[in-house]
Amino acid sequence: MKSGSKTFAKYVFTAAFVVAVFVSLRFDSAPGITAGLHFREFLLEMAAFLPLMFVLVGLMDVWLPRSVIERQVGSGSGIKGALWMIALAMLQAGPLYGAFPVAQLLWRKGCGTRNIFVYLGAFSTLKLPMLTFEIGFLGLRFSLLRTLITLPVFVLIAVIMDVVLRPKGLVVRDPADEGV
Amino acid sequence: MKVLLIVTVILVLLSLLLDRQKTWLGICRGMKMFLGILPDLLVVLVVAAVLLAMVPESTMVRFLGVKSGPAGMMMAAVIGSVALVPGFIAYPLAAVLHRSGVALDVIAVFITTLMMVGVITLPVEQRYFGWKVALWRNGLSFVGAVVVGLLMGLFL
Repeated sequence: MKSGSKTFAKYVFTAAFVVAVFVSLRFDSAPGITAGLHFREFLLEMAAFLPLMFVLVGLMDVWLPRSVIERQVGSGSGIKGALWMIALAMLQAGPLYGAFPVAQLLWRKGCGTRNIFVYLGAFSTLKLPMLTFEIGFLGLRFSLLRTLITLPVFVLIAVIMDVVLRPKGLVVRDPADEGV
Repeated sequence: MKVLLIVTVILVLLSLLLDRQKTWLGICRGMKMFLGILPDLLVVLVVAAVLLAMVPESTMVRFLGVKSGPAGMMMAAVIGSVALVPGFIAYPLAAVLHRSGVALDVIAVFITTLMMVGVITLPVEQRYFGWKVALWRNGLSFVGAVVVGLLMGLFL
C-alpha cells in the first residue's frame, strides 16, 4: 500500500529546491536564479520527450508478445536482432535516461543482453533527431565519420557487457515496482 | 523531437483503431512507469542545474579551449561525462568550440561522452540496472568515447 506521505517524501528535495529558487528571486540572488533557469530548461526538455517515450513503452508492453521479442531480438537473434535495436533507437529522441524504461521493457519480454546494450549505444549516439542537429552544426562529414566509427565501438561494448554479465545474467528492474 | 512525436502519434492512432481498451491499458501502464521514476529524475535535474550554475558553459569552453592533444582529450572526456547538457545546447556549444580552434577529435570525445556517459544520471540508471551494470556500462563507454576520438583524429 502506498501512503500519501511516502509519495510526498520523494518530492521533498525537489520542492525544497523550487522554494529556494523563489527565495533567490525575491532577494535577487544570481546563483539561485541561474540554477532555477537551468532547472526549467531541463524540465522543459524532459517534458517534451519523456511522456512520449513512456507512451511508446506502454504500447509496446500491450502489443508486442514475448514470443516475438524473443524470436526477433533474443539472445540467439544475431545481426538481424541488432539491426532491429538500432532502427528502434534511431526513431526515438531525448537524453539517455529516456532509454532505460525501454530497455527494461525489452528485457522483461526476453530481449538478449547484447541487444539491450546495442539499443542503449544506438540510442545515445544514432538518434535521427540528434543527427540532423549534428549535421547542421558540425557538418555532414563530421557526423558521418563519427557515426561510422561509433557504431562498431558501441557494438563491441555490448559484446563485452554480454560476456561480463553472462555468469549471473542481466536483471533490469522497474523502479515503479519498488517502494521508495 | 518531431520524429518521436510523429512516430508516437501514428502508433497511438493505429493502436486505437485496433483496440481501444488495450491502448488505454498501455498508456496507463506507461504513465505508471513514468511516475515511478519521476522523483529520482527530478533530483538528478536539480543537481545538474545547480552544477551547471556553478560551472557555466563559458568555463567549460575555457577548459576545453586551452588544451589540445591527449590532455585536451582527457579534459573533454571528463567534462562530457559529468555534464548533463541537452543536445540543443551541446551542438551549438561544439560549433563555438570548433570556431575557437578546438580540434574536431577533442570535440568528438566531448560529444560522445556527453551522449554515452552519465555520471550525474547514475542514480537513475542504477535504479534500473543496479550499480555493477551501470558502472560497467559507463566505464566502457568512457573508454569507447576516447577510442572514437582517437580514430576520428586519424581520419580528420
